[in-house]
Amino acid sequence: MTRLTLELNGRMVTDDVEDRTLLVDFLRARQGQTGTHVGCDTSQCGACVVHVDGVSVKSCNMLALQCAGRKVTTVEGLAQDGVLHPMQQAFHDNHGLQCGFCTPGMIMSAIDMVERHGPALDEATVRHDLEGNICRCTGYENIVKAILVGAKVMTA
Amino acid sequence: MNGFAYLRPGDLAEALAFLREGDEASPLAGGQTLVPTMKQGLAAPETLIDLGGLAELAGLRVTPTHVEVGAMCPHAAVAAAPGVRAACPALAELAGMIGDAQVRNRGTIGGSIANNDPAADYPAACLGLNAVIRTDRRDIAADDFFLGMFETALEPGELIVSVAFPRCREAAYLKFRNPASRFALAGVFLARHADGVRIAVTGAGTDGVFRWSEAEAALGREFTASALAGLAVPVEDMLGDLHAAADYRAHLVKVLTARALAVISERS
Repeated sequence: MTRLTLELNGRMVTDDVEDRTLLVDFLRARQGQTGTHVGCDTSQCGACVVHVDGVSVKSCNMLALQCAGRKVTTVEGLAQDGVLHPMQQAFHDNHGLQCGFCTPGMIMSAIDMVERHGPALDEATVRHDLEGNICRCTGYENIVKAILVGAKVMTA
Repeated sequence: MNGFAYLRPGDLAEALAFLREGDEASPLAGGQTLVPTMKQGLAAPETLIDLGGLAELAGLRVTPTHVEVGAMCPHAAVAAAPGVRAACPALAELAGMIGDAQVRNRGTIGGSIANNDPAADYPAACLGLNAVIRTDRRDIAADDFFLGMFETALEPGELIVSVAFPRCREAAYLKFRNPASRFALAGVFLARHADGVRIAVTGAGTDGVFRWSEAEAALGREFTASALAGLAVPVEDMLGDLHAAADYRAHLVKVLTARALAVISERS
């Protein structure tokens, strides 16, 4: 066991974890933040995407201890004072989901995408940059639409 | 995943000491291959030595002659660096084609080439650009570094510090992706240097990344697509699996080489 301290969704948390604990297991099992999902066992699906120091990563592919002293944001950390993040609102307004299982990862990847590309983000780039997020329901149409709307609000 | 002890050294000397002392110790770079491999039970190191805190391995420098990429530099940083895009556009493009955005945010060049996956992208850039791999104890030419599938010239306990690529604007990397894994079914890095043409092929060969010397010589004489006429990589040296048969991979290598040539011609 090793003592781990990090900032999770704006508050400092300290916990004793097994060295082998994956970040996603730490978030879900130890911190009760079950918004981050596990959709595969091969690091391909993107349902577990969170931000570490503002950059999107697959939390199934990182050890919790690698986040010591760093800032981790999950989908639960996006809404402020009960108001959804513009990207969450855009997914809601455009029905950017069907079953919803991939949605947390989609939203976290989408926000990172907007941070990287800014107002220049276009449809082709959105489709390309979603290569690490797999949705098995929607065919992506409304997800892409939602991201473009969310991006517009975020960069306005 | 099996249990292990996690260590986070503060500098290179400490990391090397941990590696010397540790039984079954493995360095952890970006972890985008190692962690999934451990999850599948295909690797089970007893000690993981996280290189994430080593400032010596983090840099990215563009000099008048070289692009020097620190071993822990993530692919996303190489892909986005204006200095790399100007000095060696093909290198930035290759980094931007690895895996997906999240993998590129964590995966590193040092981890990629130390692993030497036969379908990885960076080994092709190292070989095609005639890079020098700098370790804690020596410089290794790319030609001497890659020794076949998952094999490299690294000694036990030796760590890559950086990779120095000679600047080269007349280069291109073309890759035919497996759409699920994003790994190369075949990838060709073609570079035109002052002293000749180099062609490195990844994803296709049974023994990992290799140079297609016959085509290098032909393009060295005449840098046109017609110079490739009649040439072919030996089918018996190509991988064949459920994703692509050996003769298809051999075909892809030739097609990608011609396309890389076209990209370079457009660029210059």
